[in-house]
Amino acid sequence: MTVEPDWVTVVADVIAAVCLLLGAFLALAAGVGVLRFGNLLARMHAVTKPQVLGLILLLVAVALRVRSWSAVTLLALVIVFQLATSPVAAHMVGRAAFRTGKVSPGDLEVDDLSRDENADYPEDFARQD
Amino acid sequence: MVVVVTIAAVLLVVAAVLAVVRIERGPSMLDRTVAFDVLTTTLVGTIAVEAAWSRRTETIPILVVLSLVGFLGSVVIARFAARESDEALPRPAEDALAEHEERATAKAEQREAAVDSEHHGGSAPGEVR
Repeated sequence: MTVEPDWVTVVADVIAAVCLLLGAFLALAAGVGVLRFGNLLARMHAVTKPQVLGLILLLVAVALRVRSWSAVTLLALVIVFQLATSPVAAHMVGRAAFRTGKVSPGDLEVDDLSRDENADYPEDFARQD
Repeated sequence: MVVVVTIAAVLLVVAAVLAVVRIERGPSMLDRTVAFDVLTTTLVGTIAVEAAWSRRTETIPILVVLSLVGFLGSVVIARFAARESDEALPRPAEDALAEHEERATAKAEQREAAVDSEHHGGSAPGEVR
């Protein structure tokens, strides 16, 4: 193992501390948002903050504290999983909310989904030929 | 570092408590799913804070597993809620649809009135109506 000078450790620890505080603050913001916001879509908006940015900040803090390549590999794997899965999960939850009528159409500025879901595709395509 | 970790832990615990309150209140299953996402993320964050504090790497695989399990939970509940929709709609789907159609036609008329027909290029070819 290479011997690092002391100041490297100090700088890494300070950056890690800042990342920890920011990540935890984003988690708190999501907690407040999920409790206070009025409807499902607004709550989903609040939830995405710690899911991606907060998680990345916390895991960067862990990586700066641990500083071993095997740990960094696993942490990068967590981030990749989270980036790949959280949009899918949010999409599924939002679509299920829309289809079960939990999203009131009056709240939406642009509503392409109900137009597409109500469209009669074969006829429409035939008519355009 | 002790102070930073304590503050971060307190923020995460408060976020978790707020998420649990939302899980308890609901009102719908999807609201609980969204709040459960916050709870999972907070749990991942807490484990990350602990790993950052003690410079340990043994807990990092738990983060990988938790991020995947949280995704599976959201997706499964979203599918379940979509299936459930036929039995119990919170509001009659026809009413929502009619209200939406009304708004859509009103908006379309408004848009038509705003656009000068001479300078309007018409809809794009291949647009799904």
